Amino acid sequence: MKYKAFLILALPLLIIGSGCTNVKPWQRGTLADYTMRADRDPLGQAQMQHIWFSREEANGGAGVGGGGCGCN
Amino acid sequence: MNTSLLKKFTVAALLAGTFYTASAALKVGDTLPDLASFKLEGQLPDPLKGKIVVVDFWASWCLPCAKSFPVLDELQKKYGDRIVVLAVNVDEKKSKMEGFLAKHSVSFAVVRDAEQKLVAVVEPATMPTSFILDGGGKVRFLHNGFHGEDTRKEYISEIESLLK
Repeated sequence: MKYKAFLILALPLLIIGSGCTNVKPWQRGTLADYTMRADRDPLGQAQMQHIWFSREEANGGAGVGGGGCGCN
Repeated sequence: MNTSLLKKFTVAALLAGTFYTASAALKVGDTLPDLASFKLEGQLPDPLKGKIVVVDFWASWCLPCAKSFPVLDELQKKYGDRIVVLAVNVDEKKSKMEGFLAKHSVSFAVVRDAEQKLVAVVEPATMPTSFILDGGGKVRFLHNGFHGEDTRKEYISEIESLLK
């Protein structure tokens, strides 16, 4: 009974775990693509920075914190 | 076989099957496999045997690879037929390789490992990775990555040592 319970718990974990894999150095073409860069869109990034510093204050690190109005 | 032993065996087998990845990367002292058996696209230089061969694994998306090409080209021109520079492309799409070569014209041989079978055997740790082989096909020097002038000097010094 315990063995069955163990298998029921362990098998899904192992099946999910087997989905993890290392991307080999020669398979990183997609990861190296320009579209994968976080800073590929300067305008979008500036907007995100504005939201972060206005709403979350501590995040962003690109300027002074705001009070939450987003008007800086 | 009792239940406890069976349980241990099952867990060990599952863990081994889940997380084990075989690694047999080519290293210094090993012999490069016969390139003719890998169905590489492009013309292999003939003959490789008896010559010092610089085998460079590269991809079009790899910036250091682009920086290494002029240096590899310089080596091929400097040493002429005393060495063979062979660049093995590992791009999934041939058009990517062709686009790269249109921008970076080179005099050395370029082949493409379209099925990525050779690269899976060699298992280069980085892009690019280059191997310098002696006349017997044995790996004598290994370069992970390309570090500009430092790597260039190392290439020259290593090739000179093999030419002596």
